Amino acid sequence: MAEQDWKANKRVFAAVSLPTLLWTLLFFVIPMAIVWFYSFGENKGLTEIEFSGTLENYKRATEYLYLSIFGKSFAVAALVTLICLIIGFPVAMAITFASEKWRPWLLLGVMLPFWTNLLIRTYALMMLLGSQGFANKGLETLWGGASWFKTLVGLQPLPTWEPVQLLFNNFAVVFGLVYVHLPFMVLPLYAALDRLDRSLIEASLDLGAGHFRTIMRIVVPLAAPGIVAGVMITLIPALGAYLTPDLMGGTDSQMIANVIERQFKKANDWPFGAALSFILIYAMFILIALQAMRKKVPEVR
Amino acid sequence: MALFARTPLAPLEYSRTLWMRAWVGLVMLFLYAPLIVLMIFSFNDSKRNVVWRGFTTKYYEKALGNDVLVEALVNSLTIAALATIASLILGAVAAVMLWRFRFPLKGAVDGTISLPIIVPEICMGVAFLIFFAKWLEWPTDLIWPFNLGAIIIAHITFCFPFVTMVVRSRLASFNREQEEAAKDLGAGEWGVFRDVLIPHMKPALVAGALLSFTLSLDDFVITYFTSGPDTITFPVKVYSMVRFSVTPEVNAASTLLILLTIVLTAVALKLQGVKAIAETH
Repeated sequence: MAEQDWKANKRVFAAVSLPTLLWTLLFFVIPMAIVWFYSFGENKGLTEIEFSGTLENYKRATEYLYLSIFGKSFAVAALVTLICLIIGFPVAMAITFASEKWRPWLLLGVMLPFWTNLLIRTYALMMLLGSQGFANKGLETLWGGASWFKTLVGLQPLPTWEPVQLLFNNFAVVFGLVYVHLPFMVLPLYAALDRLDRSLIEASLDLGAGHFRTIMRIVVPLAAPGIVAGVMITLIPALGAYLTPDLMGGTDSQMIANVIERQFKKANDWPFGAALSFILIYAMFILIALQAMRKKVPEVR
Repeated sequence: MALFARTPLAPLEYSRTLWMRAWVGLVMLFLYAPLIVLMIFSFNDSKRNVVWRGFTTKYYEKALGNDVLVEALVNSLTIAALATIASLILGAVAAVMLWRFRFPLKGAVDGTISLPIIVPEICMGVAFLIFFAKWLEWPTDLIWPFNLGAIIIAHITFCFPFVTMVVRSRLASFNREQEEAAKDLGAGEWGVFRDVLIPHMKPALVAGALLSFTLSLDDFVITYFTSGPDTITFPVKVYSMVRFSVTPEVNAASTLLILLTIVLTAVALKLQGVKAIAETH
């Protein structure tokens, strides 16, 4: 459909564009620009910040300590994305091929946790994983069963059960992030699989390929745009996650968002925090640019 | 639920195979078990969370008697309601702008409007902290509800791009001949907008409203940075409760909020039907 030139109807254009443009400029562009300027400033005294155009903050961000935190955040986010993909792909397949009656309800089942408060979900998970929680109780029962079985066959019983530390470590952070981000992965995967031409799958099966081979050779390549979208939608928020590592992580599970928070709330080094924020934003831009480049490849071929 | 299928499986009926069902069942268990356990144990008559000591509603009484918690909940609902209304207007108008007009720098404007979806929450939180506390020296001691102003502005800023996204994809299916027909029949610009365009956008507006409301109610990080020392919202309050002591009171308050989410979802389902809601994501 043809778009109208803005000059053809200036009054209507002004009515629909001014509110948004002004709002975005005032409450998004300007605040972000201020952070950007702060990242080139330095602390002078307790509350004063001088905009000296220094690159000192960025230089400090490349110190080993901060680089390793960035690296770790990427590794955690990538691992979370991979686990979500492995868990989510069969779920998306199941939703796609479910009967008309079931499909919307399955989708709703995946979406409802996404609408539930993140803090509540994190708290619920903490309750379950705590040293007194059900995960530990379940493991204890299994352990007791194994011990009983060993005595039954005439061996020494296992030593007494020690609760496993499931919370406040890196495992808990990955587990919590997978729990929170799984719906993000399933929904775009479903959207891509739903658009798939089913006769191609049928053809592959008719020509003698097994189900697994059909999925790997036909479904996955055709659903690639959806897979990439799902990966991005999971990876980006996981990389900037604050709440899960803060509440479920240990002292060594800090991710980049926690370090940024500390600069503003505790260490009171706003310029350095601003520089870290912008490095994180640049990282997002690079990821998105990579995705955009990937999109162009099939056109070239 | 025919686990043992009476009709033979067709090749593409993946969701009827046993291992697929088991997988989906396990994933649903993974997603829901923590929430269900949390809800059940909000009725547990024990300070420690894990052993069932009998049914009680005393933690609900305690949660509802906790003035700070109730104030936080009222604040959160007020913020979410106001932010949703403003986001709907702003988001719909932006969608119409991007859908209808061709103008210079359109790509840049489009990109900037969708940026808040991508920029990490922590970075936006930091930006609002500097902007309101340092730059504007926004007063923090206003009377209710004006003390929520900064938070509401922040919430609108990250909610309305989602509304724009949903409304825009809905507008793509609009038949412009309807607009021309309305104009031929004597409707002005405003009349077309009100009587033709808005009815067409309605499903997207419902979905956008639900999305904004839950995003606003959900937000912790941006609010945590934007709020002054005296304004507290539900997630911020729950955060400090979880941080410093885990009590069944948190379970009770959380259960109430989960129920609210379910009610909202049910209302949206009633308005739009399960298919339309499922398709907006």
